[in-house]
Parts: sequence; structure tokens; C-alpha cells
Amino acid sequence: MAYAVEMLNITKEFPGIKANDDITLRLKEGSIHALLGENGAGKSTLMSILFGLYQPTSGVIKVHGETIKEMDPNLATELKIGMVHQHFKLIDSFTVAENIILGDEPVKNKMNVIDIKTANRKIKELSEQYGFNVDPNAKISDISVGMQQKVEILKMLYRDAEILIFDEPTAVLTPQEIDDLIDIMKRLVKEGKSILLITHKLIEIKSVADECTILRRGKYINTVDVKTTSIPEMAEMMVGRNVNFTIDKKPANPGEVVLEVKDLCVESDSKKQLVKDFSFNVRAGEIVGLAGVDGNGQSELIYALAGLMKASKGEILLCGEDIRNCTVKERFDKGMGHIPEDRHKYGLVLDFLLKENLILQSYADAPFAKHGILQMDVINKHADKLIDEFDVRSGEGKESLTRSMSGGNQQKAIIARELDRSPKLLLVVQPTRGLDVGAIEYIHGRIVEERDNGKAVLLMSLDLDEILDLSDRVVVIHDGERTAFIDRDKTDFKDIGLYMAGEKYKEEGTHE
Amino acid sequence: MNKKTSALKVSLVSVGLGLLLGLLILIVSGYSPMVLFNAILRGLTGMTTMRPVFNLRNTGEFIVFSLPLILTGLSVAFAYKTGMFNIGAEGQFMVGACASVVVAILVPLPGILHVVAAVLAGALAGALWGFIPGLLKSNFKINEVVVCIMLNYFGMYLSNFILKSLPGSSISKTVVIPTSASLSSDVLSSITNNSRLHWGILIVALCVFGYWFILNKTSFGFSLRATGHNEHAADYAGMKTKRNIILSMMIAGALAGLAGAIMSLGVFNMGRVLSGFENYGFDGIAVAFVGAFNAIGIVLAGLLFGLLKVMAPLMQATGVPKEINEIISAFIVLFVAMQYGIRLLLNKLALRKHNKGKPNTLETSKEGK
Repeated sequence: MAYAVEMLNITKEFPGIKANDDITLRLKEGSIHALLGENGAGKSTLMSILFGLYQPTSGVIKVHGETIKEMDPNLATELKIGMVHQHFKLIDSFTVAENIILGDEPVKNKMNVIDIKTANRKIKELSEQYGFNVDPNAKISDISVGMQQKVEILKMLYRDAEILIFDEPTAVLTPQEIDDLIDIMKRLVKEGKSILLITHKLIEIKSVADECTILRRGKYINTVDVKTTSIPEMAEMMVGRNVNFTIDKKPANPGEVVLEVKDLCVESDSKKQLVKDFSFNVRAGEIVGLAGVDGNGQSELIYALAGLMKASKGEILLCGEDIRNCTVKERFDKGMGHIPEDRHKYGLVLDFLLKENLILQSYADAPFAKHGILQMDVINKHADKLIDEFDVRSGEGKESLTRSMSGGNQQKAIIARELDRSPKLLLVVQPTRGLDVGAIEYIHGRIVEERDNGKAVLLMSLDLDEILDLSDRVVVIHDGERTAFIDRDKTDFKDIGLYMAGEKYKEEGTHE
Repeated sequence: MNKKTSALKVSLVSVGLGLLLGLLILIVSGYSPMVLFNAILRGLTGMTTMRPVFNLRNTGEFIVFSLPLILTGLSVAFAYKTGMFNIGAEGQFMVGACASVVVAILVPLPGILHVVAAVLAGALAGALWGFIPGLLKSNFKINEVVVCIMLNYFGMYLSNFILKSLPGSSISKTVVIPTSASLSSDVLSSITNNSRLHWGILIVALCVFGYWFILNKTSFGFSLRATGHNEHAADYAGMKTKRNIILSMMIAGALAGLAGAIMSLGVFNMGRVLSGFENYGFDGIAVAFVGAFNAIGIVLAGLLFGLLKVMAPLMQATGVPKEINEIISAFIVLFVAMQYGIRLLLNKLALRKHNKGKPNTLETSKEGK
């Protein structure tokens, strides 16, 4: 069979690190090939090389059997290679069509007026051909994340891309959207496209890919036939050891109530009710999962608890004390820890050094600062301690620029920072979004450990499996209202799905 | 290429390219390239190739013109580090100059207290001029650039009005300030052959140190930098981002106000009614960028632009229009603004050099990010 892309014996060295070490990857035409590896395994570097953003230190790239001497991004486009990025490259205030044609606009007459009609027609055709159901005139800011991803895919198809690379495409999608995407990928392959799927979600690989190449710490491990390889086998190759998929969890031993939320309301700037009379509580030594479809007010609820958004009504009691009007800093000082939803936007200052990010809240407190002067030895020692304890890996240790670290290690840094302050209440939001199996296993273990140490944990996640795996009780939010607040043991995936869709829990367990 | 050396390299290359292009223009316009060389040499040392006499007076004057540029450079850079663009240094400079003269003339104080009060008045007035855009930005999300530009004009006309209203003022200047309020220094003047070098140099040194110390060594600076890089993360971490924005604009304003104060109290010893901007504040933007927002870098960039300022009349004396000078500074700024392109160029050159040295042995090449 012919190969669409061959990357042979690729090695790429950066100062102090071999990001790719003799890696070979062959993508067969008309197939889906998965590239599997933990964060920092070298997947991104390999793809950057394929697109010519980096030149390999050694190795050969072939496209449709022809050796490419010096790849660059324009040549990659000419060769009909396209990438759907994990973080979408879309302009929010533009329409779907405008985003798709951007950089390749069809024009009419000599004045170079953009021919939006032709564009719309072509987009509609493509959209129908692949069953996308995308409205070309909708604004990006008005459509869901799943739709936005379809726009990214359409962007590639509009440019007649034959080789499509999907970088962690399911990281931001809901379960239904993931099913949609898998259908789309299968249809694309049927139409003759070749797909390279970068992921660490083994279930997806199993359900969609034909072959899978595994990298670990920059090294090539193996290329396997997905049909004949089991998920634990692939996981072991990726992580280098046995992976424990079931979370070891003793029954919870809840103590007194740490967080009590009573009739909490949160309004948007335009006075829209985002959270409506929401009540629940979290006890010491238990994990309460907050489940809901994205955009139903769970983020705002968390912001209100953390002090980033004002609650318009209700009470937030932390160990009996109303903290509704406390500043963020006061809440931290009173024993709240917060692992935020978006580590790039909220959790970290990416242009800070790792050691600086590790004191992001406590920089002004003793012992890190004395009389307003930063105590560098203390900060350095603190960083070394956390890096060692939480196994945060980076190129230059505590002096690494946070931006240069892999997502998993960035998240570990945040977790290290938050757990080290040993809070009584831990708000954990989407803790494993975009992370690989090894990191997820570690983070889940750590959260359960905190629970067993008597901490109260509120876990918000869009990943229902994560909620069900970890929680002792589950509270479900729909359109800002609580639809259920139940013990984990008394519910299952299907029921929670119904509550997420708006059905209210009845004491007897029957549904309307 | 790591980030720090690359910022330095980009600045150096930009300066070099600016001078080179200036030289080209000089030659094309029919002047001898020696004119430029002599102007640089004379501006720095008083020597020329024709008259090799070392004259510290020129050195002193060159420093005198660099001092306010270093301060306005620090001003722009300080705000920039907190994510603000202080294009209002010009106005802050003027109100600083005005306030210092007002205190010098109207508030009689004994001995050193007088000059200290006058200098502080300049800093405070500048801080007030920085407070306004800071407050509007942090609380009402009004773009600081627009407010700053308007305040520049307001600052100029208000200063002119106040200066003209002072007792004894003529239409273009105030009376000479009392010596007790002056920063002029007989000592500094005499060691530099009667230049106007003044005690403001100590103020500048203190500000340069303070800039570095606050931003890099204090918890306050830490929260300012966090706010500048990522306001959301700073909010999440419980930092007072609104307060930070206001304070940082006030400090930036104070630095530019000080620049105005030392010019009035140290160089002219009077208040001047200005018909237009003198560009100390706007040049501060160039100084901050060329200096890559680094304390030492800003000092060097301030000296460079100070040199360009004293070179203009020297070149004019030999018949070269002062516009040539402005073209050179413009080119330098242009090249700094093009730093992405320059970085790309430097990387390509480095790569080519590397490949030439070791043909076809890509295996061993270690190219930086």
C-alpha cells in the first residue's frame, strides 16, 4: 500500500534535550493512523517538523513517496497537508465562512472584492457532503465548541487537504460531540483522505484508528495494529509500565460540612441569571462532583465560590463563616484551594518562571517575602521541594519558562502549588483536560489522597466518566438550576445524563 | 538563541543598521560620511578628526540630554511591564516641569528642603497625570492610549497657562528660580569643563536602581509583572489588579514628571513656556523599546538617544540638515519595531554560517529554538 506521509528516522535536538530520537512514522493512504504518547513524548515536535516549523537534526520526510528536502509551512499546504489544532485558530468576531476562506479568499472582478456568495456555496456543499450542518453565516462566538471544531475541519477541506492531522481533537468536546467527530473522521477516510490522529485517549484510538505509533520520552516505541492490540497493552507501551485504569478508592469517610452553599444566585453583567438559587454542601473527606453540559452555569458557580465573580444573592459558608463578600486573597487565606478550569488563562502566568508560578498567591506572605522584598532562597527551595515532590518535569527545572513546559507538567505545577498550601476546601475544575493517561492517573490519585486526608473536594468536570469515577456525591446543574444532588452509588451514567438534560431527580428515583 | 541575548542582539543590530542607513543617506545627499563620525566623536568627547582636543564639556552636555530620556524610558517601560502603554510621558514631563518650577518660585523653603520639595512636586504632578489614565483604564476599561494623548495636550496648555501666570513671567519664560531650588552643581559643572551637568544624575541613578529593584526584587513588582503578563491569572491569584494598574501608571507618571523637573531645575533653572512638544516623552517610548525594558538597556538606549540629540546641532554646524539626524533615530526605532524580522534574519544567518562550516553533517548541528 502507498504511504501518504513517511517520516523516517527523525531526530530533533534542542539545547539540553532530544525531543525526537530516531522516530519513524508511516501514514498509509486512506487510513487513520494514531500517534500516541504522553505529554512531552515529542508528538508536537514531530508534527512541527512535518509542517516545517522546525528542521530535523537528521532524518527524511517523504510525502506520497517523494522526498521533501526542506519542508516549510507553505510547502506543507501545497502538499495538501492540513492540521486541526487543539486550540482553534479562529477569529471570534468573524463568521464561519469568513474564517474558512481567510488567507485564501475567492475574489470577483478587478477590485478584488471578496466573493462571499461563492464561498458560502462551496462551504455549504462541503458541509452537506460530510454531514456537518454548519451555518456559514453564523459568528464563531455564537457557536458551540464542537461546531467550531467542524469549522476548523472545513477550513482544511476547503483547501482540498488530503492529509489531515488532528491534534487532540476530543479534548474539548462533550461525549455526543466526540461520537460525531468519530463518524466524521470515518467518512473522511472513506472519501480518500488520510488522517493522522494525535491523542492519548486510548478508547478513541481503539474505536477509530487503523494503526498506532507510540512515542515515549522522545523515543520511538512501536507501531501496532490497533485491531489486534488491547488498550492496556497500548497504555503500557505509552507509559512504560502497567497502568491502573480503575481508581483505588476506599469508601468515603465524611466528616463535618466544610462548604455550604445556600440559594446562591449569580448574574451576568447584563443581569441574566446564570446560577439560580443553587444549594449544596461538601463535607470533609468526600469528593462532590459537579456535573453538567458545558455552558449551564457551572463555571460561573465556581467563579462565585472562588471570588472571581460576584454572587448576587445567597450564602457561601466556609466552615460556617460566610465568605460571599471576601476577596480572592481572603478566601485563599481562609483555606480554599482552587485548581482552575483554564490553566493558561487563570492558573499560570505563562511568561513567568516555574518558581514564580509556584508562589502565585503567596508571593507576598512570609516566608516568601519579608517587608515586601522577595526572598529568593526561600522561593528557590520551595520550588525545588515541590518539583521533586510532585515530579514536575521541565527543561531547566525551577528556572524554566512556564510556557515551554508541557500541559501535563503545567497542570502538575498548579496542583503542587494548591495542595502545598493544604487547603480545607479544594475546588478542582477540569483537572485532567488535555492530559495523558499517566498524568490523569497521577492527578486522580492525588485528588483521592486529599480526600482521604480529610479535605473537602468539589470537582467540576465536563468529563462525566471522571465525575463518576471520583465522586462520592454528585450535584447536577442544568440551566443554572440544581437538578439532582445524590450519592454516587445511587446513580449511573445514564441517569446523570438525564439530569444534565434538565430532568429533575425525584426522591423515589423515578423520572417524570 | 536565548531570549535575553537575542533582545540585546536585536537592539544592537537595529542601532547599527540605523546608523548605516543614515550614513548612506548622508553620502547620497552629497555630504562626507566623516560628518557623521565627527559628530558622534564630538558629541561624546569634544574631539574631531581635525581638532583632536578632548573636551569634557561635550561629554557633560551629552549626559545632560540623556538623563531625561533615561527617565522617560523608564516611565514607558514601567507601565509596559504592567501591560499598559504610557504614551502620556510627554504630558507627564510637562506637568512635572511646571509643578517643580511653581514650588521653586512660590514656596520658599530653607536650604536643601526647597530643592527636595520642588523635585517631589514634579514627581507628584507626573503621578497625577498617570493616575487619570490608570483609573479610567482599571475601573472603566477606557483605553489608556487615548486618554494619555489627550492629557498630553491638556498638560502642555495647562502648564503654559500656569507658568505664564507666575509672578514676573514673560510670554516665553518664568523668572530664574532661586538657587536653593536649583539642581545645578558647581562641582559637576567644574569637573566637566563648565557643562550644565547637574545633581539630577543622582536622581536618575536612584530611579534606574529603583526600577530594577521594584520589578525584580519586591513582592509588589512581582504582582505588577503578573498583572502585565496575564491579568486573569493575577485576578485568580487574588492580586489587586485594578490597584496595580493605577499604581503602575502613577509610578510611570512620576518618573516622567521627574524628567521634567530635572530639566527645569537642573538645566534651564526656569520654567519655559513651550509652543509644542519637545518629544522627551515620545522619545522615551523608543528608549524603552530599544533598551528592551531592561534597566541597564534603558540607560544605554537613553545615552544613545541623548547622543543623537546633541549630534543634531553639531551636524547642522557643518551644513548638514538636522533632519538627517531625525532620519537616523527614526531608522533605529523602525528596525527595533521590526525585531521579529531581524530575529529571523539573525537566525537564518547563524544557520547558514553553521551549515557552511559543516557541510552535509546535519546530525551534529544543534540549532537553538
